[in-house]
Amino acid sequence: MTSALFYDRLQFAVTATFHYLFPQLTIGLAVLIVYLKSRAYWSQDAHYDEAAHFWTKIFALSFAFGVVTGIPMEFQFGMNWAKFSTFAGGVIGQTLAMEGVFAFFLESTFLGVLLFGRKKFGPFVQWMTTVMLFLGSWLSGLFILATNAWMQHPVAYGVDQDGTVHMTSLWGLLTNPWLVWQFTHTMTAAVATGSFVMASVGAYYLLSGIHIDAAKTFLRTGVVVGAIATTALLFPTGHHAALQVFEHQPIKGAAFEGLFYTESGADLVIFGQPNMDTLTIDNPLVAPKMLSFIIHKYFGAEIKGLSDFPREDWPDTMPLLYYTYHIMVGLGTMFIPLMLTAVVLLWRERLFQARWMLWTIMLMAPFPYIATTAGWMTAELGRQPWLVYGLFRTADGNSPLVGSGNVLFSLLGFLGLYVLLGLLFLFLFFEMVSRGPAVTGGPRSSSEPTG
Amino acid sequence: MAVETLWFVIVVMMFAVYAVLDGFDFGTGIIYLFVARTDEERQLVLKAIGPVWKGNEVWLVAGGGLLFLAFPKVFAAGFSGFYLALNLVLWFLIMRGLSIALRSHLRNPLWRTFWDAIFSVFNLLLAVVFGAALGNIIRGVPLGPDGYFFAALWTTFTPGPIPGILDWFTVFVGLLAVAMLAVHGANYLAIKTDAAVQTRARRIADRGSWAVVLLALMAVPVLLFVQPALQDGYVAHPVGCVLPLTVGAALFAAQYFRRRQRDGAVFVSWSLFILGSVGSVAWGLFPNLLIAVEDPSSSLTIHNSAASSYGLRVGLVWFGIGISLVIGYTIWVYVSFRGKVEQGLFGGPYE
Ligand code: HDD
Ligand code: HEM
Ligand code: HEM
Repeated sequence: MTSALFYDRLQFAVTATFHYLFPQLTIGLAVLIVYLKSRAYWSQDAHYDEAAHFWTKIFALSFAFGVVTGIPMEFQFGMNWAKFSTFAGGVIGQTLAMEGVFAFFLESTFLGVLLFGRKKFGPFVQWMTTVMLFLGSWLSGLFILATNAWMQHPVAYGVDQDGTVHMTSLWGLLTNPWLVWQFTHTMTAAVATGSFVMASVGAYYLLSGIHIDAAKTFLRTGVVVGAIATTALLFPTGHHAALQVFEHQPIKGAAFEGLFYTESGADLVIFGQPNMDTLTIDNPLVAPKMLSFIIHKYFGAEIKGLSDFPREDWPDTMPLLYYTYHIMVGLGTMFIPLMLTAVVLLWRERLFQARWMLWTIMLMAPFPYIATTAGWMTAELGRQPWLVYGLFRTADGNSPLVGSGNVLFSLLGFLGLYVLLGLLFLFLFFEMVSRGPAVTGGPRSSSEPTG
Repeated sequence: MAVETLWFVIVVMMFAVYAVLDGFDFGTGIIYLFVARTDEERQLVLKAIGPVWKGNEVWLVAGGGLLFLAFPKVFAAGFSGFYLALNLVLWFLIMRGLSIALRSHLRNPLWRTFWDAIFSVFNLLLAVVFGAALGNIIRGVPLGPDGYFFAALWTTFTPGPIPGILDWFTVFVGLLAVAMLAVHGANYLAIKTDAAVQTRARRIADRGSWAVVLLALMAVPVLLFVQPALQDGYVAHPVGCVLPLTVGAALFAAQYFRRRQRDGAVFVSWSLFILGSVGSVAWGLFPNLLIAVEDPSSSLTIHNSAASSYGLRVGLVWFGIGISLVIGYTIWVYVSFRGKVEQGLFGGPYE
């Protein structure tokens, strides 16, 4: 059964990674659309209305892909992880069902209203609809992260005689301390993705000399929100995410920092390759004693290294985990000065002429996606070998009767389909961007949704 | 009523409402290529389901979540046991969803024709698979004593001791589902459109409904032959007989209103017919959720597969609040978009 387990894990990793490429944009854009739409509503400014409409179309595109790739995620709990579902259904069934009832209905229903109701509803209903979309997408983030937070840090549960778990307090499940930083960090990352993409499209228009008015709005909004979000990603949210990992999952922490041996005054590894034979970092570049300082605010503090823990409790993909973490933090550290510089330029009214900056911003759009994916890999690879941390091992969780040949069949199917989906998305995204927002007052503003 | 029973009702209700709501989307897709011939007509038809189909699909997603919440063992056994069929469902849902969302993005006629075909074919396939899935649940599955099973896509094509997902019975239920939903979709389009599309929709609904009457009459003996235990629920709780009676009455009413071209009443009756059919089957199966074909003591029932009573109780509270909100704004949307869809100026929902 080992190979079935391997394909089960690979399939979950592939499908989850792919799914989350889409919601992170919709979650982020939702905030920005509410902002644009609020300005349109209160200042009755058609320019902002067109900007909001343009991003609603992008939102809808990403949403469509998010929905179709999301349904496989939910089904896979039962399909590939039957023993885990039996074990944990009494707890995580709650949050997954709440997500459906409170979030997905809201989001799916009101997206239809927003897309097809432009002629039908007045400005207030339209504004409220964007707020509902925002609520829906953020609530789905909240409930799915409550599920994941419980897997990272199980709380509010009791163990039954047959070894399965049940929930003892819904309130406890929803106020899992782990959720606080996981939710804020993940949502901030989504806002970063949304604002980078918005700024990037703005930069592209300015550099090409088209849609100048819209471009300036996109850039201004994207850069300011992006600067706030990227800063908040490091502090407080990322910092506290790391603190709670070291407090509750010390093995994960040691693994992603590349700390093989317990040290007082542990160095922070900035660069280097973990060597799994010698259990050292090759050609390390370190900040002396910084790790101890970051985690315990004291340079001499002791931090436990991997070798203090039994090897079967180490994450089985330790080097990958180390890299994904360093990719996330590395990118995050570069985003902050970049975005702050852009804000300073904006404030000095030089951003729109600074072509080197516009080029940089235009090309930055994929990187929050990479950072986010790397962040998830960190969280999920680092949780191994546990499916529910400290309670239930991944190796015990997959479906007993679904053999490796059948999982490979579905994995290949998903891979093929998702390559196609990815290409389609990119094609349509660029097609929409090149069509651009409607010119206010021009002929397009009289267009109405059809079909 | 015990809390497990209430959850049985809730879960059945979620899937039954799903069958009615996404059912007319499927039906629209099944007849799409015939009912709408020109590009304008096809846009019109897609616009008829455009604002609502995504919300309709959520009944499935939420239903799955609620099944997970209330009966985790059934969720685990059923979803892993139907592994192959569910993968097909997932891929079909992906293609179906994309076809609606992407079709009108470009004006290129080849692009549109391609997605039109995808839309139609995958809706048809979904109707077949969901019908067959219901057939599997009725017939029972090869559940072992450990509570798991794995069903091949097909074995001998007969509902024997090692049944496959497809056998003559489940395929029969699949075809019945296709016919019922095709008519359902046509009924919906008769309300939402006018002129040529409406005429064609009415004609399809009229012919199709007689096929459904025929198949439904055949279905009764077939069902009782394949799963005699369906009677048990009615013997234990005879009040349930109102459900099959409703089915008959609704079918009759639909045909009656159809002759008078009262499209709204036809649609409502047909929806009741679908709801009642799912309900009747559920009543017969109660308290079973998954019947074991070989050893009935391995069957998963509401008693041996329910989550803890605390979970079920708090679940009821928030579900009551949540679903009331959902029903409220869903009705609001349907009312807001009531009436015939109009031809627009431009091609896509996003322009
Ligand atoms: C734009 C994306 C992005 C950026 C720039 C950062 N993160 Fe992050 N990070 C995420 C996006 C993300 C994420 C995708 O949202 C994760 C995955 C799971 C989670 O809760 O958030 C995550 C997880 C995650 C974890 C793992 C939590 C766990 O194991 O459960 C830690 C320790 C950090 N982050 C810390 C940081 C630090 C110190 C950053 C410094 C700049 C940082 N992140 C930037
Ligand atoms: C959307 C962002 C997510 C990404 C990119 C992601 C990534 C991954 C990866 C890479 C794995 C494989 C780990 C391994 O086998 O070594 C995995 C496994 C898994 N994840 Fe996630 N994950 C995400 C969100 C979630 C959430 C929100 C949940 C819970 C609701 C979840 C539940 C699981 C489960 C059940 C497995 C399979 C068991 C396991 O391998 O641990 N994931 N995920
Ligand atoms: C691995 C676990 C996950 C599961 C089981 C899952 C499940 C789903 C499902 C079933 C849908 C479709 C909903 C519909 O029909 O409307 C969906 C869409 C969505 N999911 Fe996920 N999801 C997972 C990971 C995530 C994560 C980590 C987030 C955010 C933090 C997220 C946020 C969303 C959002 C916002 C949508 C709406 C569609 C969109 O905006 O693109 N999901 N998800």
